[in-house]
Order: sequence, then C-alpha cells, then structure tokens
Amino acid sequence: MADYKWPEEGKRKYIGKRISRVDGPHKVSGRAKYTYDLNRPGMLFGKILRSAHAHAKIVSIDISAAEKMPGVKAVKIIQGPGTEIQWALDEIAAVVAVDEPTAEDAIRAIKVVYEKLPHFVNEQNLDQVPAAYRRQPTEQTKGEPDAAFKQSDVVTVEGTYGNDVITHCCLETHGLVAEWEDDKNVLIHPSTQSVSSIGQELARALGIPAGNVHVKMDHIGGGFGSKFPIDRWGIEAARLSKMVGGKPVKIMLERDAELAVAGTRPSAYAKVKVAATKDGKLLAWDSESWGSGGVAGTGMPPYPYVWQIPNAKTKHFSITTHVGPQRAWRAPNHPQAALITMSAIDDLAAKLGTDPLDFFIKNIEMTGVRANVYKDELLKGAEMIEWKKLWRPRGEGAVGSTKTLKRGLGLSIHTWGGGGHASDCDLTIHPDGSVEIKLGSQDLGTGTRTTIQIVVAESLGLPFDGVKVYIGDNKYPPSGSSGGSTTIGGVSASSRRASIDALNQLFEKIAPAMSTTPDKLEATGGKIQVIGDPTKSMTWKQACAKLGTQPLTTRGKHPGKESLTSAGVGGAMMADVTVDIETGIVKMNNFVAIQDCGLIIDMKTAESQVFGAMIMGIGYSLYEEKIMDSQTGRMLNGNMEFYKLPGLADVGNFKVHMMTGKGYDERGPIGLGEPPTVSPGAAISNAVANAIGVRVSTIPLTPERVLAALAMKKGGSNG
Amino acid sequence: MRISISINGVKHDADVEPRLLLVHFIRDLAGLTGTHIGCETSICGACTVLMDGKPVKCCAILAVQADGSEITTIEGLADEGRLHPIQEGFWECHGLQCGYCTPGMIMSAYGLLQENPDPTEDEIRHGLEGNLCRCTGYQHIVDAVRHASRQMAAKAVKAG
Repeated sequence: MADYKWPEEGKRKYIGKRISRVDGPHKVSGRAKYTYDLNRPGMLFGKILRSAHAHAKIVSIDISAAEKMPGVKAVKIIQGPGTEIQWALDEIAAVVAVDEPTAEDAIRAIKVVYEKLPHFVNEQNLDQVPAAYRRQPTEQTKGEPDAAFKQSDVVTVEGTYGNDVITHCCLETHGLVAEWEDDKNVLIHPSTQSVSSIGQELARALGIPAGNVHVKMDHIGGGFGSKFPIDRWGIEAARLSKMVGGKPVKIMLERDAELAVAGTRPSAYAKVKVAATKDGKLLAWDSESWGSGGVAGTGMPPYPYVWQIPNAKTKHFSITTHVGPQRAWRAPNHPQAALITMSAIDDLAAKLGTDPLDFFIKNIEMTGVRANVYKDELLKGAEMIEWKKLWRPRGEGAVGSTKTLKRGLGLSIHTWGGGGHASDCDLTIHPDGSVEIKLGSQDLGTGTRTTIQIVVAESLGLPFDGVKVYIGDNKYPPSGSSGGSTTIGGVSASSRRASIDALNQLFEKIAPAMSTTPDKLEATGGKIQVIGDPTKSMTWKQACAKLGTQPLTTRGKHPGKESLTSAGVGGAMMADVTVDIETGIVKMNNFVAIQDCGLIIDMKTAESQVFGAMIMGIGYSLYEEKIMDSQTGRMLNGNMEFYKLPGLADVGNFKVHMMTGKGYDERGPIGLGEPPTVSPGAAISNAVANAIGVRVSTIPLTPERVLAALAMKKGGSNG
Repeated sequence: MRISISINGVKHDADVEPRLLLVHFIRDLAGLTGTHIGCETSICGACTVLMDGKPVKCCAILAVQADGSEITTIEGLADEGRLHPIQEGFWECHGLQCGYCTPGMIMSAYGLLQENPDPTEDEIRHGLEGNLCRCTGYQHIVDAVRHASRQMAAKAVKAG
C-alpha cells in the first residue's frame, strides 16, 4: 500500500525551503510570453465598440462605412438593435483589421443610435437608492440580540462603515488570440485563470464539441479572480477568426475597458450596532447592510466576521446598479466583512477604554476552532510591531506622534477556506532517467510551476532540476481553475500521488536486480537504495535504464487516498501608520502579517504571496476606488492616472511571519492567494482611528475623507 | 516617415506612420515583446526602455522622436546569455510574481544604478516610484536592487 504522506520535517530536502522560482530567468529577460506578446503568423487585430451609455436601448447600428475602410477584414454586431444595454462600455460591435490603428479608425466609423434610459450608479447612501434598485432585504437572527442590547451591564457603539467598489486592475489586460486550425478546431491563447475549463465554455457558446477547443497559456499578467470566464470578447474573437478564414485574431482590452467592465469588487456598507458587557465580553451584533456588484446586485458578506457573537441580527439589501458586473476579487466578501466587523469592534474597544489587542485576546474563544492560532498570531504580531511599546489609547497618538503627525496602530484577524481543487496529472519517468509531469494548470505568478517541481523532486529523491513541469495546456490532464486559494492543495496532492506511485512501480522493476523486495527500497540523493543502507544502491539513471524502452507513466489525482491537504486558515495583520492631520495624508510606517497556510512548499513564493496581498491591501485601503459619475453613468477614473495603485514609496516596511511546524505542517499545503488580502482594510482603518481619534467610515481613506472626519470631530458631533 | 532606430545594437530601418508609438515599433516591428504595455499612459512603467542610456516610458514617445537613437530593451541587458546582475537580483530575491511589470522595473533599476550605484532603501523606493507592480509587495524588488548594487560593485572592483 502506497504511503503518500508528506515527509517529516527533518527529512525534507526542498519542501519548505527558500527556492527561487523556475520561471525567473524567462521573466527577468523578457523571454516569458504573455498572451499580449503573442504574434501569430498572419495575425489580425480586433477592437470593440463599447456603449457610450450606462443604460440605453440600441435603436440602430450602421457598420457600412467601417466595412468599406481599407485594411478592415470583418465587422460584426455583437448586441444589435433592440438590445437594452445595462452598463457603460458594454460590447456593441467588433472590427478586425490588419493593425490596431486601422481597427480603431473603423470602430470610430460605426454609427450607433441609442435611446437613453435612466441609470443609477452610486449606492453609497442607502437612503438615496431608488426603490426600483433595492431588492427585498434578507434577514437573519441568532440568539436574542434585542434583549441583549437592553441588558443593564452593556456598552454599545453604533457606526457606519463602508468599502467602495474597486477593480482588479491587472497590468496585463484581459484578452486572447483565437485562430481556427481547420473548419472544426479552434486554438485559443487566453490570459486566463482556468486553462482546463475555459475551453468548455467557449465550446458551448460556439456549439462545437469541447474536445475541439485547444487552450494554451504560458504566462499571465495578473488575474486576482477576474480572469475565469471566456467573456464575450473571447467568444467573439473566435467567431471573428472564423469570419476571416481562421486567421489568428487578437483582442486585448484597452485600459478603460479593463477597469470599467473586467473588474469590479462589490461595495459593502453597513450601519452597525455592537455591544459588550462592561467587563469586555462581546455580547450582541446588529447590522443593516447594503452593497452592489452591478446589475445583479450582491449577497451579504459574512457579518459579523470571524467573531461568533452569541446574539446577532443582520439585514441586507442587495442593490442593483448600472455598473460593469462584479467578479471574484481575492477572498470574495471577506475583506469587506473584515473592515466592517473589525472596525465596529475596534470602536467598541475604544469606548470601553481597552487596548484592542487585549480585547481581541479576551474574547478569542469566540473565534471558534482557530482560537489558539489567532492568539498565537496576535501575540507574535504584537512582538513584531512592538505593539505594547508604541500603542496609546485612541486619539492620544502612538509613541512618536507630533502636533500634526499622529501615529496609530491597528489590527485585524481573518480566515479563509482553501482546500485543494480537483487535479489530475501525468508523471513520466523516461528510461534515460529524465522526469516530466504534465497538468492543465496555470501559474498566476504565485509559483505553481516551482511548487510542483519541488514536490516531484522531493518525492523522487532527485535534484531540483531533474524534473520538468509542463502546464498551461488543456490537452494535459485537467486541473482546476486557480481561484479561492485551491491550486497548491490540488496540484501538490496530485503530483505527490503520481510521484509515489511511479516510484513504487520503479521499485518493483528493480527490486529483483538488487536482491530485495520493493518495500525495502527508498529514493534519496539521486539514488535508489535499500532503506538505511547506502552500500546497497543504484543510481537513478541505472534504475531507470531497467525500464527498457517503455517510459513509466502514472496518473496522479486529487482528491484521492489519504488526506494531503485541508481547508481553513487563520491570519492576523497589524498596521502602524502616521496621519498628517493638516493634509489628511495617511503614510504606512510598518505593516505586519502573520499567516498560517498549513505545510509550506516554497517559503520564498509563499512569503511573496503575503507581501503581494499587503500592497493590494494598502491599495484598496488608501487609494483605489471605482468612481462613477452619476450624470453620465460612466467611470470617471477609467485610467491609471486617477485609478491609483500604490507605488514603491507608498507602502512602508513589511514584515511577514509564516506559522509553521507542529500543528500546521500536518494539515498539508493550503492556498495563500486569498487570506492575507482580507485584513489590510480593517487593520489600516483601525490604525488611522487610533491615530486621529475618530473613525473615517469608508475606505479608501483618502485625504479628503480623513480631513472631513477630523472636521466632524472638531465640530464636536463625534466627541 | 523613414526612420532608423538601433535596438540592442541592431539597426531597424522602417517607413512608419507618424502616430506610431515607440513601444509598438519595438514590439511589433522589431518583434521584441519583453517590453510591455500596462496603462497606455506612461503611469505604470511596464514599457520602460533605455533611450540613449536613459530610462524612458516608450508608450508615450512616438517612434519618429526616437529616430537615430540607441534603444536598449530588456532583451539587450543580458551579456551573451549571462543574466545581468539586476536580472539575477530580481530572480534570486524574488522581485517578481506574475512578471509582467518586471522588464520595465529592471530597466528603471538599471537607470537608477547608473546614476546612483549604491542607493539607500529610501532612494530605491523613490527612484522606482514611476513603476507599478500589482503582485510582489515591492519589498523584494527593493532587496533585488540592493543585491544587484552589491554584485555590480564587487564586479567593478574585480575588473578594476
């Protein structure tokens, strides 16, 4: 019976070590090819005409002038007369031409007559949302919140908190190259998080067998949850390619379209009432929340987040708007829930006159099964950021504050599931000793290639570069989409199983020649030897030569026998900020993340995931906001001048600590893409409140909002 | 218009439309796709190349403006296939994730180290603030540039 278990700590050669990514040399030398870089033979360029209005009926479309332009190869109406457009920049028609400027000229030559309809795009204030855009609320109650709030020994705070809509803003925009290899078979090169499944979606749309779609992708310039579907432009690129005789057609979104239609994280706002007993035990929660992810509205984030408050009441309104529809953004709903919950609880701790670190630890049992993890992480984080040395009660200014520069500390905790997605892989050992593994997975930059290589090399006792990894092709065994932090769990488990099975088959082949039985053999240091006896050994090459001419191939699967991964992690973050109370500018000093993710395969890529989540977190906490114009219904900042991302000088110092060893490693590898993106908003908002003595209700914490909150405080309405 | 631009030491002559951007000349005419476009408006720096030795964002320069100039792209940085110390630094220190911003980031770092071979952490952060990255967390980019700075200094001593 094969033993797939992960090797013990002392026996790991590569797992958990700091290993440089295998695609590094390609990426630093410009040789890595992204979808955007592909230049297929005879390739034509597609451009899309997009709706000028947020809500309108298309009356007529005239493409005749565009069709006659030199260099234009095809023009196609995507949404014809009579269609009701529901958001600005939605796709109306497409053009294929010999180059991009010609295609752009042709787009401008298409004439569309619209009948404008009323639109609604700003849902920040619930009272101003027209009834037609407000769905029936959903309500839930646990325990007896009404009675709990009325108890005589409680302290209650009320506040309004919010997260504005943000976008994904991938540096490589969405898009693809589509080409027909013959009448029946289409090849696409999309920028996608779903190599193995995106072809099925295209096949359904085109009405062709799924096996007739070939998908290839080597590298992707960011996804963050926005690049799962084939999207309308993907389907149209395939149709347009067919219209021009199968020639490759490339469509990449322009930056304004990318921000308007290819990335929306839903907003979330809430009026919250939260209470604790006077001695500091969390008691009751009551929230009325709302938010929107565009035309389909949005569900309620998990309020209250992490804290299992015994008495809780929630009421949520899903708001529909004429804004490009929502897409999954790292840890869907969790960052919003964390901001609203942890801010309210921080305000409660402030009212009680308690250090929030002490308040969190006092109530830690209310976080459920991971209470000990959170406690350890909070204590570790406090040490890393020197919490007890620097923290001062709200509004007093942490150590180092001046008259106008106020320093503050804030914290938050978070959770995520993870678990492994379904993953199949084929591992081949060749008679010359070379090893390759193939699977229809993708590397979003997180280091998937590297981690698969680590698992196989470790499992076969080979040098790291003795293994070749092939991913990014849907003709390889299928592996799940990279979303929800499920990739590492899936691919590490399937490649571990394939490796162990292959090794056992190899042992069976060579055991007779070594005068032993297969169960007495082990692979280590590029050799196969009798367990514990290096004198009775065979080099890897010699062993593989025994295969004769037929390579040995095994199929690894996840899920499968034995549990190699699991779900459920906890993390904590602490922010140290300085706020200039004259300008309202928030500056990050230090930012600390403590994260649990089970068994770490590559410490270098794991830490990098957390660092990356921290800058995205600073982005949505301080700068990023999809600003919609109520008058026109269009995005006002559909460019990177005004849709602001943090730069190198904005982020301060980061410290990351990964929880490893006993209690963590035995749970197997668990994904990291989501968890560390959850807490930044709450930790930074709490740090700002601690610094300036007043809550800035909504993130991003722009200078304007900080100054407005300070003015309100001065006016006396908020103490 | 007929123009001639030298890219990584190779001359490229072409008859181009006046509206052609330098980045498209590099990517589409010369076929060097390591130089990327992110924002289209010279904010993100993914398109950074060296023009006559100085880093420029070539999505905001017309090809005709570069007529007669010497351009170095990411593909021209490695010496006969051996990675430049800055490239090594970005690999070794994990100064990249998805890698899309990396070529521009490395070319800006090259420009920074030409002017200031031994920058402090703060100087690196300000020197590269015209380049945006969405996924690394930046800290490793700072580490990568410091690593490169040390390697380049050691090399210079050896050569001297």
